[in-house]
Amino acid sequence: MTAPLLDIQNLVKHYPGRPPVRAVDGVSLTIAPGQTLGLVGESGSGKSTVGRTILRLQEPTSGRVLFEGEDVFALGTGPLRALRRRMQIVFQDPYSSLNPRMTVARTLREPLEIHRLAPPAQMDARVTALLDEVGLDPAFADRYPHELSGGQRQRVGIARALSVEPRFIVCDEPVSALDVSVQAQVLNLLADLQQKRRLTYLFIAHDLAVVRHIADQVAVMYLGRIVERAPASAIYTAPRHPYTRALLSAVPEPNPRATRERIVLSGDIPSPAHPPSGCPFHPRCPHPKKNERCRTEAPALRATSDSPAHLAACHFAEEPM
Amino acid sequence: MTEPLLRVRDLKTYFVTEQGRGTARAVDGVSFDLYPGETLGIVGESGCGKTVTSLSILRLIPEPPGHIRPGSLIEFEGRNLLALAPPDLRAIRGNQIAMVFQEPMTSLNPVFTVGDQIAEAAIIHQHLSRKAARARAIEMLTLVGLPDPAERVDHYPHQLSGGMRQRVMIAMALVCHPKVLIADEPTTALDVTIQAQILELLERLQAELGMAVLLITHDLGVVAGQADRVVVMYAGQVVETAPTTALFDGPIHPYTEGLMAAVPRIDARKSRLQAIPGQVPAATAWPSGCRFHPRCPHAWTKCTIEEPPLLGVGASGDHSARCWLVQEPGRRKRQPETE
Repeated sequence: MTAPLLDIQNLVKHYPGRPPVRAVDGVSLTIAPGQTLGLVGESGSGKSTVGRTILRLQEPTSGRVLFEGEDVFALGTGPLRALRRRMQIVFQDPYSSLNPRMTVARTLREPLEIHRLAPPAQMDARVTALLDEVGLDPAFADRYPHELSGGQRQRVGIARALSVEPRFIVCDEPVSALDVSVQAQVLNLLADLQQKRRLTYLFIAHDLAVVRHIADQVAVMYLGRIVERAPASAIYTAPRHPYTRALLSAVPEPNPRATRERIVLSGDIPSPAHPPSGCPFHPRCPHPKKNERCRTEAPALRATSDSPAHLAACHFAEEPM
Repeated sequence: MTEPLLRVRDLKTYFVTEQGRGTARAVDGVSFDLYPGETLGIVGESGCGKTVTSLSILRLIPEPPGHIRPGSLIEFEGRNLLALAPPDLRAIRGNQIAMVFQEPMTSLNPVFTVGDQIAEAAIIHQHLSRKAARARAIEMLTLVGLPDPAERVDHYPHQLSGGMRQRVMIAMALVCHPKVLIADEPTTALDVTIQAQILELLERLQAELGMAVLLITHDLGVVAGQADRVVVMYAGQVVETAPTTALFDGPIHPYTEGLMAAVPRIDARKSRLQAIPGQVPAATAWPSGCRFHPRCPHAWTKCTIEEPPLLGVGASGDHSARCWLVQEPGRRKRQPETE
């Protein structure tokens, strides 16, 4: 087995408060080079905080992240800047993440200048090449973000991330703000770029159908913890955690003859400032075997009987629902 | 056949753009019927005119910059809503036709309790006393499945979660037992497990109260699960309409087809999604001929010049598409396979 490109070990991020908000509460994940890990969850699950913390856009409370063997949280300012050349991020909202007063060309030139990746004479050619790579005409170089559609802006956001030739990109809900016809264009682009540049992605999304399309591995988060992790094909065909099962069943299928039974969970997602005792999912859990143990003992993320690669944090993961 | 409850004919809602440089023809000749008790889905992407259509029905379009063009007709139980005097319109709005909006936080008033906001319509339209209206508000909160309704009735919107706020919005809309509920992206701002709760609630309430629902959404999955019939909109027009199963079994318009192929599916992994090239044109400059022709894989010369009308598909009479392919099916190019 190849060494993982990214190794997240027991990552914790608490925000101060009385009581503190336990946004990320002990997450461990690895991503192999060239693979896409889909990180799925609903609002407040902590998925975006994981993405931002591993890039140190937010400082962690505790835990360790190794990127190509290097301890990300131990780096000083200089080495961290150098590391950011190799780790990039594409944000959800392509409007608020682009500077409205900078043309597309300036947006793309800035990282090249900061990291001294191209001599001034070659700048224009580099910008043109980047635009071409994300499917935009060179004429877009002189435009401002407000002159672009949502899909075009997201292409610029992707080009900016690519400009420093990273190995790894955190894609934080990169297509959620886009219409479905444009969403497909951007997903195809991300897949093509991954192939061509051998990129590794952490793909954060709330949309399970989108993740199925792009991910090799999927991890499901609930209240700051990973509740299930498996190869994509396994999680979609044989989900083990009751939360994953409910989540999958709740996705509306574009098929009026669909016969799948919808598991409707009762209640709301609890606040990460007041996570329930024991298994954090137990108050909403529809599992017929749910018992006192679920209320008192938090289940560990463990290999299920399916395979050592299929992990679930449920006392009754093997039981039918 | 029963009479439609709501008849929309040739609805045109235009906006004068900033600096007066042009006119955005946001809704440009839309017609459809809504029958008692049914759910009609209006589906389309941003800028297709679906929300402006729903706002036009209740005359909630700000004038200026917007205006509904003469010749448009919105008929509710035989009365043209566009010709009603303001007091007559108010007697219908929120009473017989009610609306649920996408963003429950911005559409609830933050300085009033949810009970006051639900009771307001009952006091205005049904002349209930404050005390009776409060009791009605609690009854409505119970109906929409809000936990602890007698306590929640005195809460303010910020004390509730997104899903609870949307339940309050629905309670508000239904307090006068309307005949028509317009739901504009009622679950778009919600997480998927909460969306499932709200969709189930709408289904149950529709069955219990027998109202007709006009469901506006961008989500083909939501439409497939909820609607009896579907209207697909593109560039301010209806491009296809059919019963839900017929539409999903055999979409005719290349836009409908493209939209369905572009949706990532949870039940199967496609190696590549089929994207629709280009983007939605601006409402100030719709393309000539068929408005979809610049993005259409089948378009030929006629499509660039002549705008197709809605043409009947098959003999059923309830499926039609705004596409010349209905008359010249031989011109449909074989689609490249997605696998």
